Amino acid sequence: MGRMSVDLCGIELDNPVIPASGTFGFGYEFAELYDINILGTFSFKGTTKEARFGNPTPRIAECPSGMINSVGLQNPGVEKVISEELVKLKKCFSKPVMANVSGFSVDEYVYTCEKIDKCDQVGWLEVNVSCPNVHGGGMSFGTSPEAAAEVTRAVKAVTTKPVIIKLSPNVTDIVSIAKACEEAGADGISLINTLLGMRIDLRTRRPVIANKMGGFSGSAIFPVAVRMVYQVAHAVDIPVVGMGGVSSAEDVIEMMLAGATAVEVGAANLVDPFACKNIVEELPRVMDKYGITSLKDIIGGVK
Amino acid sequence: MKQGFFEIKENVALTSNVYKMALKGDTSHVTNCGQFVNIKLDGLFLRRPISVCDCEGDLLTIIYKVVGKGTEQMSKMVAGEKLDVLTGLGNGYDTSVSGNHPMLLGGGVGVPPMYMLCKKLVSEGKKISVVLGFNKADEVFYEDEFKALGASVAVTTVDGSYGVKGFVTDVMKNADYSYFYTCGPEPMLRAVYKTSKTIGQFSFEERMGCGFGACMGCSCKTVTGYKRICKDGPVLTKEEILWEE
Repeated sequence: MGRMSVDLCGIELDNPVIPASGTFGFGYEFAELYDINILGTFSFKGTTKEARFGNPTPRIAECPSGMINSVGLQNPGVEKVISEELVKLKKCFSKPVMANVSGFSVDEYVYTCEKIDKCDQVGWLEVNVSCPNVHGGGMSFGTSPEAAAEVTRAVKAVTTKPVIIKLSPNVTDIVSIAKACEEAGADGISLINTLLGMRIDLRTRRPVIANKMGGFSGSAIFPVAVRMVYQVAHAVDIPVVGMGGVSSAEDVIEMMLAGATAVEVGAANLVDPFACKNIVEELPRVMDKYGITSLKDIIGGVK
Repeated sequence: MKQGFFEIKENVALTSNVYKMALKGDTSHVTNCGQFVNIKLDGLFLRRPISVCDCEGDLLTIIYKVVGKGTEQMSKMVAGEKLDVLTGLGNGYDTSVSGNHPMLLGGGVGVPPMYMLCKKLVSEGKKISVVLGFNKADEVFYEDEFKALGASVAVTTVDGSYGVKGFVTDVMKNADYSYFYTCGPEPMLRAVYKTSKTIGQFSFEERMGCGFGACMGCSCKTVTGYKRICKDGPVLTKEEILWEE
């Protein structure tokens, strides 16, 4: 157990750094660049029951200190994720991976989670009830405490691994939703997913994103994320995984002080493919600078 | 793919809004013509993907058009400044299938990747026809550079102010060629697709998040399944293209 290690729902992480879903594929693209076993773990590309192409392009827009994406959960479907992607991942990643799951109905969440729960490589299920880029599903489950709790209960009933519910910031009261998930049996909460955003091209007078709106991420949203992590971490007794605009070792420590047990890094990976590697390598130096002996000690340090 | 710092050796205007930038650095990951680089710029979040025009030794040449904040910022940079660049992105063109006399069709800033491709085809002993398409005379660039490689070059302008009046396809429809390669705006690519009598390769442009296959921001549908323009492309073969309506 090193000074950077943390316990996430009963599984020890060497460090709290976790590339976020949708920014790290199924890992092997990044494994060509560096040994991804240096990471705490990573959350793989959001997986659904059926294969999905996702939304039309353009799916990406530049923003001040961030970006908007509207990928729309493109993925090969759970069967192929298990039979192809996880097989490829096994060759380059020996730690338990976090499985990110989305759905359009409670039954779909149940179907996909039940299948993935049987994979030895998977350590945690991160259940996304907050994707802003798909209609009729995703976020709608994460915008009401009752619906979020219903998904949580249904998934918990068919799984054995820790279930972390990933929440949307596009709500009036995120704390009530987090508490509803905790009461329904969630083992952890991760937040925040992207903020719903929009850009307009002045020349064409049309939205930049084909789907008009998309999820805003990047360093611009970091203060919003810290605030919400702080609010949720102080309201629930289960571990919180903090994310939203994290791009440095300092940001990781700030998130942990706000209450995060582990920290996901998203958009930063797309700009700098070595972002997570750099953060892991920088952490000991930044810990020393701020007199932190062990990261475990600072979780929720700000009251 | 490699991340590295490149020093600007030259940054000159070729036309009123098209610039040529020569960058010095580790080019070992630029393995094929038709690839692109992704450039980080101060104050902007996403990198800017730009096609590679030429690569000789440790010198990388790109040609870009000023279309927004990022490229405008680039146009103001001077020799000696450094850029954070991801190199070796994309698949590039396959020259092994070109036959003896391939045709290269470039439109606007679709012209630059044709240059390195032309150079490679020349080195393979092929007889090359190049068609460069622009809107008007003062937008024309690189005609002499292609001639210097030994290619036979035709230039088209939409308004007829230079070369052949019309589009690259007006030259293509009467020409004889063994295979073709093209890069340019999508309406041009669609026209080439319809006009062409042989199979060929198309280089596509799309708004990208990462440029190296991680984010699925630039996906398209093809005959052989979903492809990422940045990683599985930007070059697609005529046979696999599915045009969106």
